[in-house]
Amino acid sequence: MSRTTSLPKRIKIHFMFFPAILSDSTTVLEFQFSCSIPAPLHSENDYFGVCSEPVIKDNVVVVYEVLEEMLDNGFPLATESNILKELIKPPTILRTVVNTITGSTNVGDQLPTGQLSVVPWRRTGVKYTNNEAYFDVIEEIDAIIDKSGSTITAEIQGVIDACVKLTGMPDLTLSFMNPRLLDDVSFHPCVRFKRWESERILSFIPPDGNFRLLSYHVSAQNLVAIPVYVKHNISFRDSSSLGRFEITVGPKQTMGKTIEGVTVTSQMPKGVLNMNLTPSQGTHTFDPVTKMLSWDVGKINPQKLPSLKGTMSLQAGASKPDENPTINLQFKIQQLAISGLKVNRLDMYGEKYKPFKGIKYMTKAGKFQVRT
Amino acid sequence: MSAAPAYSEDKGGSAGPGEPEYGHDPASGGIFSSDYKRHDDLKEMLDTNKDSLKLEAMKRIVAMIARGKNASDLFPAVVKNVACKNIEDPNQLIRASALRVLSSIRVPIIVPIMMLAIKEAASDMSPYVRKTAAHAIPKLYSLDSDQKDQLIEVIEKLLADKTTLVAGSVVMAFEEVCPERIDLIHKNYRKLCNLLIDVEEWGQVVIISMLTRYARTQFLSPTQNESLLEENAEKAFYGSDEDEAKGAGSEETAAAALPARKPYVMDPDHRLLLRNTKPLLQSRSAAVVMAVAQLYFHLAPKAEVGVIAKALVRLLRSHSEVQYVVLQNVATMSIKRRGMFEPYLKSFYIRSTDPTQIKILKLEVLTNLANETNIPTVLREFQTYIRSMDKDFVAATIQAIGRCATNIGRVRDTCLNGLVQLLSNRDELVVAESVVVIKKLLQMQPAQHGEIIKHLAKLTDNIQVPMARASILWLIGEYCEHVPRIAPDVLRKMAKSFTAEEDIVKLQVINLAAKLYLTNSKQTKLLTQYVLSLAKYDQNYDIRDRARFTRQLIVPSEQGGALSRHAKKLFLAPKPAPVLESSFKDRDHFQLGSLSHLLNAKATGYQELPDWPEEAPDPSVRNVEVPEWTKCSNREKRKEKEKPFYSDSEGESGPTESADSDPESESESDSKSSSESGSGESSSESDNEDQDEDEEKGRGSESEQSEEDGKRKTKKKVPEGKGEASSSDEGSDSSSSSSESEMTSESEEEQLEPASWRRKTPPSSKSAPATKEISLLDLEDFTPPSVQPVSPPAIVSTSLAADLEGLTLTDSTLVPSLLSPVSGVGRQELLHRVAGEGLAVDYTFSRQPFSGDPHMVSVHIHFSNSSDTPIKGLHVGTPKLPAGISIQEFPEIESLAPGESATAVMGINFCDSTQAANFQLCTQTRQFYVSIQPPVGELMAPVFMSENEFKKEQGKLMGMNEITEKLMLPDTCQSDHIVVQKVTATANLGRVPCGTSDEYRFAGRTLTGGSLVLLTLDARPAGAAQLTVNSEKMVIGTMLVKDVIQALTQ
Repeated sequence: MSRTTSLPKRIKIHFMFFPAILSDSTTVLEFQFSCSIPAPLHSENDYFGVCSEPVIKDNVVVVYEVLEEMLDNGFPLATESNILKELIKPPTILRTVVNTITGSTNVGDQLPTGQLSVVPWRRTGVKYTNNEAYFDVIEEIDAIIDKSGSTITAEIQGVIDACVKLTGMPDLTLSFMNPRLLDDVSFHPCVRFKRWESERILSFIPPDGNFRLLSYHVSAQNLVAIPVYVKHNISFRDSSSLGRFEITVGPKQTMGKTIEGVTVTSQMPKGVLNMNLTPSQGTHTFDPVTKMLSWDVGKINPQKLPSLKGTMSLQAGASKPDENPTINLQFKIQQLAISGLKVNRLDMYGEKYKPFKGIKYMTKAGKFQVRT
Repeated sequence: MSAAPAYSEDKGGSAGPGEPEYGHDPASGGIFSSDYKRHDDLKEMLDTNKDSLKLEAMKRIVAMIARGKNASDLFPAVVKNVACKNIEDPNQLIRASALRVLSSIRVPIIVPIMMLAIKEAASDMSPYVRKTAAHAIPKLYSLDSDQKDQLIEVIEKLLADKTTLVAGSVVMAFEEVCPERIDLIHKNYRKLCNLLIDVEEWGQVVIISMLTRYARTQFLSPTQNESLLEENAEKAFYGSDEDEAKGAGSEETAAAALPARKPYVMDPDHRLLLRNTKPLLQSRSAAVVMAVAQLYFHLAPKAEVGVIAKALVRLLRSHSEVQYVVLQNVATMSIKRRGMFEPYLKSFYIRSTDPTQIKILKLEVLTNLANETNIPTVLREFQTYIRSMDKDFVAATIQAIGRCATNIGRVRDTCLNGLVQLLSNRDELVVAESVVVIKKLLQMQPAQHGEIIKHLAKLTDNIQVPMARASILWLIGEYCEHVPRIAPDVLRKMAKSFTAEEDIVKLQVINLAAKLYLTNSKQTKLLTQYVLSLAKYDQNYDIRDRARFTRQLIVPSEQGGALSRHAKKLFLAPKPAPVLESSFKDRDHFQLGSLSHLLNAKATGYQELPDWPEEAPDPSVRNVEVPEWTKCSNREKRKEKEKPFYSDSEGESGPTESADSDPESESESDSKSSSESGSGESSSESDNEDQDEDEEKGRGSESEQSEEDGKRKTKKKVPEGKGEASSSDEGSDSSSSSSESEMTSESEEEQLEPASWRRKTPPSSKSAPATKEISLLDLEDFTPPSVQPVSPPAIVSTSLAADLEGLTLTDSTLVPSLLSPVSGVGRQELLHRVAGEGLAVDYTFSRQPFSGDPHMVSVHIHFSNSSDTPIKGLHVGTPKLPAGISIQEFPEIESLAPGESATAVMGINFCDSTQAANFQLCTQTRQFYVSIQPPVGELMAPVFMSENEFKKEQGKLMGMNEITEKLMLPDTCQSDHIVVQKVTATANLGRVPCGTSDEYRFAGRTLTGGSLVLLTLDARPAGAAQLTVNSEKMVIGTMLVKDVIQALTQ
């Protein structure tokens, strides 16, 4: 999701809508609603691929129409993107051209039935030639590692994102090999809570398309395997105007998988004027204005650990900064759910055809910080 | 309009309906006729049935507008035509949209039309249109508040609506228009509770917050009698038999009994609300989770509030806006209920990438959570924060350290030293903040800190931040006797720079001067007078006033002086140490989650959260009569409707599908499925008398149906779980399905047959009065209390085991030897005779399921009085328990005569950890602190499974969950019997039948989490053996391996 990149725009949308809330109501509701506004607007196969300022400018009418449907007198009305898409057709180049010529709008000609279907999140009469259901188990490790390399806190948060393209009204059940790993779960409204309570099975009639089926937290009692370590040596010497900087990244508990997409970022103290560094692999940049160092490492080769070494030029005369910078890490490990969670099987009831099923695992760094 | 009648009559007379003559020229009366006259005829044209006339009128209106004439008078007539037509459209979506458009026109003149349209839409057959009608209500209300009474009627009507689509919107309208009419909710209360889970997310939020307010006015506070309540809540929650019976006894009796009986009994409706909102903590919507959290915080008994912590911590992962709101609420909650968030301490650790507001809120929470045990970790964290680049955050951290130091006496000196070290920090802000905090800390024990005050005095040369300077001056003045030499010198310096100082510093200089003058006038008289003279001509009148006032007090003139005798008392009175408090301390009088709470100020439209009533209002107002025939028809309809979706006839309908189509969904589905499963059961299994009884009861008392259904929901689980297991597995191991259901069914049966128990266990003569009700299952009951502590499984216990087997297991195929010996580890000392002043207390783990709560370990406590006076009022004092651990106390033992002994049973939920449960044992005169630490083997209960099943489960618990250890079995431990006995004595596991002779398998489940614990002992020739434990709980596994090896190799 491009949530972080679209942040400033999201705030702009907030401003558009805060006046809509007139009296005291539940605050989280407001915040959450404002957060949910961009969701249908920018997730991949909804309205626009990315929700950036020019896109909104170009499609003011569509945005307005969508918001109009989402909100009635300051109270959320319809927020499921499935329903919205039926009411207001997502813009395509062809449709834009036709609309300009004929003067019609994106408001759907046929009336949607979604809002009134028995299953509010799924429209009736869905048809696909290829019936497929894909599930991505994505786990993120949030961790704080202290100076000496020991873990201060580490937890695993996971989600199961689904892409379901199935004809008709399929009823799916998904079971896990080790459901007890899941300590705290939150479901898409389609999941039958009672089934989960009694049998630890996810049973649901899926919405059409992409949706987040489940997000979970792995119980804190289980130890979290930390797949990477960072060796660092950052020193500012009081007298000289040069500091030493050296970091090395290496794999730790990876269960035999490769760590990819490693990025190291660090906010350097104000006193650092410039950095003169050489990476053993990847590319690095240092922005002397924001003092942000970022190093795009790529894959970690356990035989030849990537490192970044060099010197920092410090402001002459200024004293040594109080704090060593913290190092933020991003990485990805394919085909591994670090908690050990495994999907046992996926069954479909209610429809005759045989769907194509797929499950993918991935582990990522969430908020992964190393204090130095 | 007032002038119209004459003309309109006149017009009506001259031109009959359908007369085209006044349409001949669009601009006809444009110039000559008066405005109202022309408008009247147009209105009339618009009101006719003929389309051609309407069209003509519209043309003329458009022409008028085109020429810039004011046609606004005609607006309602046009609107009526345009919208009304659509409002009658056959398509429900068009009808709804028309209403939305109409109600969004904010022109007062169309109010009557809007009102009509809303009324009509409110009785529309499409729920979507009714929903739109509900949305239109607040719009009309804000346009014209005189319509309130009529609108309330509509709201009342819509509140009775049974579809989930409408529920959220109408409650929203209710909140906007008539939140004070709480009486409208009574009849709909149970329906709303039951529908809640199916309502869409935004509606859930509104309903939950309304119900919170409702509950505050209608139910009694659950905290007024906490201990009794816990017992009650527990029972209601697990839906034990007793409770069921009570509930079935209808609530009129409960209502009648309520005011009369003193002990608190939770209203079943109150319970219903808590139970039905709990699953929503799992919602994906942060708003819903937050709403449930605030509901629990405001309404749930203390023991149950804990469940929300986990969900709230989960929300900390979402966007920073949501995080901000959640943290604010957590900060407020953590002041009142600290224990709740303690296990999640680490989730509040701060990352350098957090925005400053989030950092400060997290800091607030961390400070609130700090206590004696975790303070070292918290302080270590704080130490890292102090070095942060974000200076506002550093300042807040220093404040937080100050608060920790005041709250936790043990670390005060450590904190103070740390803060003093910060005084040499290069950053002035840090130093200033430290000074302010140090000042507050020093006030608590100034005598010991002369050195620190001296150090601070030196800082006046360097620190420029006014607040810090003022603080130092105040400190020196207040404790000038500790620094007699330095104080006058500081005053000298300050006098020199007086004119350049900030106002607050000046005030403190005057203060310092006055204090020094009173204690050390010889050295400081001149200086004081100099300072006062400077202050007299200051620009700020506060300072001038203060100077004048001070002078009069300390340097009395001739005629005055009445007060000056008391000057010393005035200035140098001992002052109480300040209390460093959280800024969130009193915020909880605002409803959590509200905007007002966020701002800490009342926002417009905020509905005050009322206090609990003293006396419970009449609960019968919520009774709803449901005619029998509607139920039946609904039920049938429902069955038909569901068929296509659910190929398996589980009866467990999903949360939402039913929502729109079936009004009664929740309660209906439950009663249906329970009856289904009930009938299915009675045909396949034989021993379900109580089930059938329930059935009958359910049919019998139809008027109470809806309430009872709610109850049954939890209760129902038991038979269902059983039925499933027996259908899916081989018949031999029905009880292995899940320990929970097994336990519950066991306890049920216990209660069913108390008589037989009593017959089998002859009551011991001595301990009769104290133990009569509680220890029906107590083994130790009849062993004399003075007997040596280790009691090997006696004959009694095996016979008891057999009995137990007979009761719990429906199948008779199980061989008695598979059952583990019932008694666990021998007696342990809880309180020594000497320490207890004659009261000796031992405890044993009885390994019986605890009747109140299957998650609890049942502990038998044996008291014996070896003193020569009777001990009275033995009970458990307020336990101070680690998070998650809970205790079910034993009933008070009124009196224990000298030489006598008694036994009581208490339940402890150890939460699958071996942490000790600490509590107080109180007598009338004394309190003893005692603690029970469970051996890991007592945290589980045996599970019976087949070999295949065992292997299957073991296959799932490989890798990290498997712990293997090699050992040598001593010669004494070679026989089957001894090995089994030793293992089962160490851990409460059930033996699993096994094909090979040298392999022993045992299985159990942890009591709280229900995780499987599988133990395999593979004995090889010559004493070598391998022990394997498979369990998700790795800690338990590791400890168990250690314990079992120790037991075997001893």
